[in-house]
Amino acid sequence: MTTTRRAAIIGANRTPFARANGPFAQASNQDLLTAALDGLAARFGLQGERLGEVAAGAVLKHSRDFNLTREAVLGSPLSAATPAYDVGQACATGLETTALVANKIALGQLESGVAGGVDTASDAPIAVSEDLRHLLLDANRARSPLERAKLVARVRPGLLKPSIPRNSEPRTGLSMGEHQALTTEAWGIAREAQDELAVASHHNLAAAYERGFFDDLLTPFLKLTKDQNLRSDTSLEKLAELRPVFGAGEHRTMTAGNSTPLTDGASTVLLGSDEWAAERRLPVLAHFVDAETAAVDYVHGDPKDDGLLMAPVYAMPRLLARNGLALGDFDFYEIHEAFASTVLTTLAAWEDADFCRRRLGLPDALGTIDRSRLNVNGSSLAAGHPFAATGGRIVATLAKLLHEKGSGRGLISICAAGGQGIVAILEAA
Amino acid sequence: MTDRYAELVNSTVGRQIAGRLGLPRPAVLRRYKPGDPLLPGPALLGAAGPSTLPPLAPLLEAAGVDTRPGPDDRLAALILDASGVAGVDDLGGIRDFLAEPLRRLGPSGRVVVIGLSPEGGDVIGLSPEGGDVIGLSPEGGDVVVDSVRQALDGVTRSLAKELRRGATANLVLADDPASLESALRFLLSGRSAYVDGQPIRLGPGSAPDPDDWLRPLAGRTAVVTGAARGIGAAIAEVLARDGAHVVVADLPSAGEGLAEVANRIGGTALPLDVTAPDAAARLFTHLRERHGGVDVLVHNAGITRDRLLVNLKPDQWAAVLEVNLAAQLRITEALLAADVMGEGGRVVTLSSTTGFAGNRGQTNYAASKAGIIGMVRAFAPTFAARGWTINGVAPGLIDTDMIHSMPLATREVARRLNSLQQAGLPIDVAEAIAWLASPGAGGVTGQVLRVCGQNLVGA
Repeated sequence: MTTTRRAAIIGANRTPFARANGPFAQASNQDLLTAALDGLAARFGLQGERLGEVAAGAVLKHSRDFNLTREAVLGSPLSAATPAYDVGQACATGLETTALVANKIALGQLESGVAGGVDTASDAPIAVSEDLRHLLLDANRARSPLERAKLVARVRPGLLKPSIPRNSEPRTGLSMGEHQALTTEAWGIAREAQDELAVASHHNLAAAYERGFFDDLLTPFLKLTKDQNLRSDTSLEKLAELRPVFGAGEHRTMTAGNSTPLTDGASTVLLGSDEWAAERRLPVLAHFVDAETAAVDYVHGDPKDDGLLMAPVYAMPRLLARNGLALGDFDFYEIHEAFASTVLTTLAAWEDADFCRRRLGLPDALGTIDRSRLNVNGSSLAAGHPFAATGGRIVATLAKLLHEKGSGRGLISICAAGGQGIVAILEAA
Repeated sequence: MTDRYAELVNSTVGRQIAGRLGLPRPAVLRRYKPGDPLLPGPALLGAAGPSTLPPLAPLLEAAGVDTRPGPDDRLAALILDASGVAGVDDLGGIRDFLAEPLRRLGPSGRVVVIGLSPEGGDVIGLSPEGGDVIGLSPEGGDVVVDSVRQALDGVTRSLAKELRRGATANLVLADDPASLESALRFLLSGRSAYVDGQPIRLGPGSAPDPDDWLRPLAGRTAVVTGAARGIGAAIAEVLARDGAHVVVADLPSAGEGLAEVANRIGGTALPLDVTAPDAAARLFTHLRERHGGVDVLVHNAGITRDRLLVNLKPDQWAAVLEVNLAAQLRITEALLAADVMGEGGRVVTLSSTTGFAGNRGQTNYAASKAGIIGMVRAFAPTFAARGWTINGVAPGLIDTDMIHSMPLATREVARRLNSLQQAGLPIDVAEAIAWLASPGAGGVTGQVLRVCGQNLVGA
């Protein structure tokens, strides 16, 4: 196979996103991902259909869920002959799976596939402490009951403290918010600008719901019919009242209002070749054009140049150059709002000629984005951010926006833990 | 919801007690399962007056019905051809044929009387009281002939009230025989379990036999609104069982139940608010792009906002009329203007016995459901010109979430106030709709079929 083709984004389905320990508190990752697949199968009549493959993943994952996606497929209406695999690239998972499935379709290895992601911060895995874990493993290896009893006798109350997963980087011990706070301060991003972005996110998402934009992108789950975090009546005044929660010193700007909350949810995207879609009279919303990942050395680097969530800044010029495009050549921009300041530092970096010359190897600034084209139907600040599910939400929203417009291109940028990031281009079908 | 009373009186001890006390004993009705024979036993055929119909025995035999019972055999059905009644004396033939074999009619037996419509008018008419009347046509007909033809209606309705053990009696007015086989198959089978004491008029129309009577809707696309639960979900299931690809539509907020229904029946889910200004456009675009058109449209979406008229708020009035009537009128008008429904198209809509008889606390609902009856009749000629049909189904008391909210005593009394002495099931309504949607029912149009067990009010 020497020729390639562009994979079609046919449609999508996700659960509404719930705040952690809210309506989905009792739902597991498998429940959520299965629900998203159920809705996708119902929307596109995929009952009993053998798809090429399903690729999905979760960031907070139980060890028993080693085959999470395959188990979800087996619990869904899809044919049990549909293979599946788990992918993990932190918050980039949802877009990375889309790229994986799209690339296989482009190469002719697949005719159809589903990309997705899921996360629950409510039903998170809790592990025992490392010392207790070693002790239990030793007990398991013990040859005699006496030996085992001796080991068990060594259990002390202090060992029983559970190890709860934290939203922090193993190599720095800093939470994502603390990392971003360093970068925010280094780039001098003002509190007001962050709050403005958050208000726009809520208002845009509310307007999209109002006009029925999500009617065919989302299926209610456990009686939740829209993203629970959405506050359609929020305002700059209300957000201004919130106290900063990340960072240190006098210049703290990041609040619960301009940061994403812990969220539960799942998303899926149906991809296929144009022929596969046409044979089933399925629509083609957009084509997946290209994607690029990048990573930064946030452990040793400077928080301004190599901030934890700045990898997409580096991925973007490489993606644009490969496709012969400039930053301004797009009709829609979807920049994942991990924090309002993440979006704003990303834009600031691309507008900074010195940074672009020094770090991106460009002759000048990468460019400016028309803010009226940015996250026009809201993003993670309003919808919430179930880590691995965000990519699928964004791909679906952008593909439908392009379909409604009938022409043009869209750009996606998603940052991820571990100093990683992924950017991608979609084009109207 | 289980009918505990019915369970009790069908138990060994309960049966004896109910018998002694003369309490009503609702029967367990024979309901259709794919592969069931039309009848569990033989049918006895008879005639009153000279027949004007094609011979029925070969038609029934071909459908697997034994039409030659022995003199002492228990009977599953009595089929009386009264198409030739022309004088009062001919009516005596009805009694002569039915009297003895009625004693041999088995549980969930069927009496089907076949007659013709009075020439001077249509037997299916709506009177202010809710009963059927003859509307005279300007030409008039033979007074005696029309009188005795109308008499069949009274005989059948009374007989339906006399029958016990789940047996039903219905009248078929076979003015055109094209749909006769299809109508007989419906009425004899368990599909018509809760249809009792009803006249059905068979007019001219294309009524081709399906390739497979087990899957009469094979290859067809149907859409059902309000399909996330209750009667709508049952309709979707039965249409799918009969071979259709079913697009199930409901409000976006009902999407979870809708997806479950779609996945259960191998259909597709379409979130749609039927009251949205662009509902018809969205629906038809979807049907055209995804399915190349539609063959069957079932208007099922409906709501209640029950209050006495003096307490009814303007928005409660408006919401019911908007969902139950205005939206259907808009979508059906748009259907006629759009190029989306294929050859032999079918529209079936949900009315209610409340639309015939009225109901305390339901002025708004009754207005909408009576309006549906008017809509069906008014659209019928336009539909006929295209080779399509439009009909309604008027459920009586059906066991859904809606009746769970009734007070216990009211519910128990309401359940007994029909000839079958029980509430119907959603599948009973669905079976009637699936029949009206089938190719063989092409001769039935402009009618509202009641699925009410012969309600004592409004049937």
